[in-house]
Amino acid sequence: MPALVRIGRTLRRTLLQAVPTILGIVILNFFLLQLAPGDAADVLAGEAGSATEESVAALRARFGLDSPVLEQLATYLGNLAQFSLGFSPRYGMPVADLIAQRLPGTLTLMAVALLIAILLGVVLGSLMATFAGRIPDRLLSVFSLLFYSIPSFWIGLMLIVLFSVKLGWLPSGGAGTIGSQLKGLPLLLDKARYMVLPATSLALFYVAIYARLTRAAMLEVKNQDFVRTAYAKGLTPFGVTARHILRNALIPITTMAGMHIGGMLGGAVVVETVYSWPGLGRLAFEAVMGRDFTVLLGILLLSSLLVIIANAAVDLVHAWLDPRIGAR
Amino acid sequence: MSADFGAYPAVTGGAYAAPATNEQATAPERPAWSNVKAPDARSQQSAAVAITNGRRALGVFLANPNALFGTAFLALVIGVALLAPVLYPDDPLSMVGKPFLWPGQDPAFPLGTDSLGRDVLAGILHGSRISLFVGLMATALGLTFGVIVGAIAGYFGGWVDDLLVRLVEIFQTLPSFVLLVVLVAIVQPSATTVTLAIAVISWPTVARLTRAEFRAIREKDFVMAARSLGYGHSRIIFREILPNALPPIIVTSSVMVATAILMESALSFMGLGDPNVVSWGSMIGTGRELVRTAWYLTALPGLAIVFTVLALNLIGDGLNDALNPRFSGDR
Repeated sequence: MPALVRIGRTLRRTLLQAVPTILGIVILNFFLLQLAPGDAADVLAGEAGSATEESVAALRARFGLDSPVLEQLATYLGNLAQFSLGFSPRYGMPVADLIAQRLPGTLTLMAVALLIAILLGVVLGSLMATFAGRIPDRLLSVFSLLFYSIPSFWIGLMLIVLFSVKLGWLPSGGAGTIGSQLKGLPLLLDKARYMVLPATSLALFYVAIYARLTRAAMLEVKNQDFVRTAYAKGLTPFGVTARHILRNALIPITTMAGMHIGGMLGGAVVVETVYSWPGLGRLAFEAVMGRDFTVLLGILLLSSLLVIIANAAVDLVHAWLDPRIGAR
Repeated sequence: MSADFGAYPAVTGGAYAAPATNEQATAPERPAWSNVKAPDARSQQSAAVAITNGRRALGVFLANPNALFGTAFLALVIGVALLAPVLYPDDPLSMVGKPFLWPGQDPAFPLGTDSLGRDVLAGILHGSRISLFVGLMATALGLTFGVIVGAIAGYFGGWVDDLLVRLVEIFQTLPSFVLLVVLVAIVQPSATTVTLAIAVISWPTVARLTRAEFRAIREKDFVMAARSLGYGHSRIIFREILPNALPPIIVTSSVMVATAILMESALSFMGLGDPNVVSWGSMIGTGRELVRTAWYLTALPGLAIVFTVLALNLIGDGLNDALNPRFSGDR
């Protein structure tokens, strides 16, 4: 079957499956958050310090928090149908704007971290598999094991101690020099300086996963008949490794990379807290603490969309890598 | 590794010769057998082979210094967790000395004291209890559920697959740590709720991986051979496919215990752990504000996490080497 037909089929199936998933997520999230004790009005009243019962009731009525649950859900779904994510009572601005403000920060952080993790991981893993059982493999194994035994927030704090406090090379938090008038390349370099520590903290854990996965998958593929055939054809060891072993070993790696989009967002929550990085993760944490359902629902919906897109991409890559998948 | 080859003649030289060994294991060295799939599929099922393989696996595991080191360290941590109430009977959250004693400054507090004069060593010893409990329990729950769901989805395909994938996708699409925070915030934080919440967010990973493996493996010849021999679904799933799908799942399960401990510490770090119990994460969380002056308060509990998780990973590695005969030819 030609690759395009296969990929087209996979794409159609993935898209068809995505719609009910999104709906299921929205409804699940909504009822989950309804179970939480306290609502946004409670928090606002608590922060005001002098709220009467009447004023709390007035707050509830104003944000529609006193209507029946199903009615609130219907309102939310209706708003979604118009691409409106609702209004945050706590921040006093539309949720979509709030998220749009924070999203680029998190996406950049995640993209840089994922890139670092995959590149380093595949390189380390290939090296480990090539030298399987010998000294380089053992040394790298120990390193990769160490990497994924380290909590991201702890290595983040330790990196701050070393590079910010002791050496003074890199800033300890934030996303850019405040009030700077930089433009062009200097601006990019300034951003990069602030990016190094958070992205490294976030990536280290995943570097280890990719390295180990690449190694395990490559060793597994290495013993299969088609690899022997490839050697028998007289291909160079590098050619066999790159075109036959690595390509087949990429299937579990792409599976994991797709799954890590959601995981990285979770990791970003912690790392963003450590580095006071102005991103979505910190917004999510603040929303949970402030019981700001609308914001949280918006973030959860948006990140589910991200993961769905990532999963579709992974399925497509699989259909391209392995003709047996998607042929049915 | 030499231990492997030492074990092989015992198997192949026994009562059953060529077809008795795992076809996958010997294929690289003895290519002549790799084409004889059906006899392999049948003879693999004999109980004697299973026992020999188990013994061989134990041998490989015991011959691996890394795995032994991991086991020893984990045993130490378990011992510490069990003995903590005996060694330090007082509440580790109570003030016992001068604040901000650096490690080694006062022999009574070998690892120093924190800003409130609490003994850091007592905190670390007591903290091992919650980390181990949460890590092991959450993984056991998540692994069981995830493998069952993933195997059913990957093997049967069709509408069963669609339905289960949708369920997995719903859980996986929710960013796991945010979901964890939400779950723990809804049901008040305690050791049990944190464990359950981590199990809830960790099973989809296993389910997806198991499903992906099953989808790839069920296309292989030996599964078709098993089908043509008339084996039932459950036999093909658990005896034919699952053993071949296990290596990545085992690697993942070691990642899972590690992740569960890391998640628990991250929750406690952010102040969402059990407030009545000292944990490594909460110690880092309190030490964090003072990281510029008293960084040992952050570093020491973190090292406890790193070494415990490292020990678990070493064990997972050893298990993987021992249980995966396909790799044995490389070592």
